[in-house]
Amino acid sequence: MANDSTNTPATPGATRNTSSGSSVAPAIEMRGVSYQLPNGHSLLCDLSLSVDPGETLVLLGRSGAGKSTALKLINRMLELTRGEILVEGKSIKDWDPIVLRRHIGYAIQDIGLFPHYTVEKNIALVPQLEGWTPDRIRARVEELMKLVGLDAGKFSRRFPHELSGGQRQRVGIARALAADPPILLMDEPFGALDPLTRGEVHREFRSLEQLMRKTIVLVTHHVGEALLLGNRIGVIDAGALVGMYSPKEFLAATEPVAAAYVANLRMYKEAEEGL
Amino acid sequence: MTFLQFFSRHSREILQGTLEHIWLVAVAMLLAVLIGVPLGIIVAKRPWLSKPILGGANIAETIPSLALFGFLLPVPWLGARSDRLAIAALALYALLPIIRNTAAGISHVDSAVRDAARGMGMTERQILLQVELPLSFSTILAGVRIATVLTIGIATIAAAVGAGGLGEFIFRGLAMVNNQLILAGAIPAALLALGADFLLSLLERRLRPVRA
Repeated sequence: MANDSTNTPATPGATRNTSSGSSVAPAIEMRGVSYQLPNGHSLLCDLSLSVDPGETLVLLGRSGAGKSTALKLINRMLELTRGEILVEGKSIKDWDPIVLRRHIGYAIQDIGLFPHYTVEKNIALVPQLEGWTPDRIRARVEELMKLVGLDAGKFSRRFPHELSGGQRQRVGIARALAADPPILLMDEPFGALDPLTRGEVHREFRSLEQLMRKTIVLVTHHVGEALLLGNRIGVIDAGALVGMYSPKEFLAATEPVAAAYVANLRMYKEAEEGL
Repeated sequence: MTFLQFFSRHSREILQGTLEHIWLVAVAMLLAVLIGVPLGIIVAKRPWLSKPILGGANIAETIPSLALFGFLLPVPWLGARSDRLAIAALALYALLPIIRNTAAGISHVDSAVRDAARGMGMTERQILLQVELPLSFSTILAGVRIATVLTIGIATIAAAVGAGGLGEFIFRGLAMVNNQLILAGAIPAALLALGADFLLSLLERRLRPVRA
């Protein structure tokens, strides 16, 4: 099931600007999904959404709103309490969790690079688990390091603690992309970066050809990031989806949480204009 | 007769005692690691089993060593040979620090690392063998070091049940009120403990996980 790293589109009809009502089967579909902690506390309530192949859906919301929980339900890091999630048309209950996770790239805020592995070995992790040949792994690692802007000659033998935050983040993204999964889940992947580095990585992220054709669900509480990277923006508040917008619609949204985010964005803009 | 003269005259017996001592400790430690590391993993992974396991090891630790040798005497296969008996008792004592450090090492692995490993589709077994154990290796080794030093000391008491080792000199010295004899057992035992501590600490430092 390891995808080849050639440039064939991962999915037919992969488009960047999708609108709802497209005829393509969704890559991810959540139907009435709820999640409760064992103690009965509800973290997500009746969440329904679908993500088209090749689309980047951003889930925006406050810390603790349930965005990360939604993400972890998709790759079965958490098991949903009610509802159903389909990945490529198949219920995640019918996927073997290990196969499902290797089919889906996963990048998290704390990155979670293995401290005892070199950059090279970290990136090679999933291909290694999938049993690729050493030659193929080496070529892929080199390709990925170039892709995320790291000099392989300089960095491949370094350990994570010898890298800056931005470099670690890039390694994390390279690792998530390693086996060329058609779907990527990203939980605040740029969260730990200072604004300037964050901006640089955003710019690179947008220009990555390899990311264009992937289905991405990205969780953030950063409005700018949502507007910059999302094809659609889903606003999550207190465990419920309160709105789904295109970036343009989002700026004109009247729903209170979305409006609060827009007002917040304007506040900085006005501060700048007032100078 | 000076101590040095005494020492050189009995050097063969002392060497013999030292080798016996090392043998007892080495076999006991091997057993303790083989049993203690898996138990430590269980303690870290299955919280409901951690109380009985740690409790059991704690109890073994609190039994006075001389009494423990006595308790094991009637156990059929163990009691038949004194070195078996001594090794079993020593391994029991060594268990607690090894179990504790293994459990601590594994549960202190950064949760982001574990999350990432799981999210990328590693199986529980792969996470344990490729991530958790390598990252807790130096903590486990620290436990082995503490246990080894402890065991080298306690092994002197094994002479009470006739298992040999450096304790022979100490017990004989006590019976004959002969300080030189006591020292002939105590000094090599102390040197063994220091040497083992030093060697294992070297190894531990080399294997310390890199800091993130």
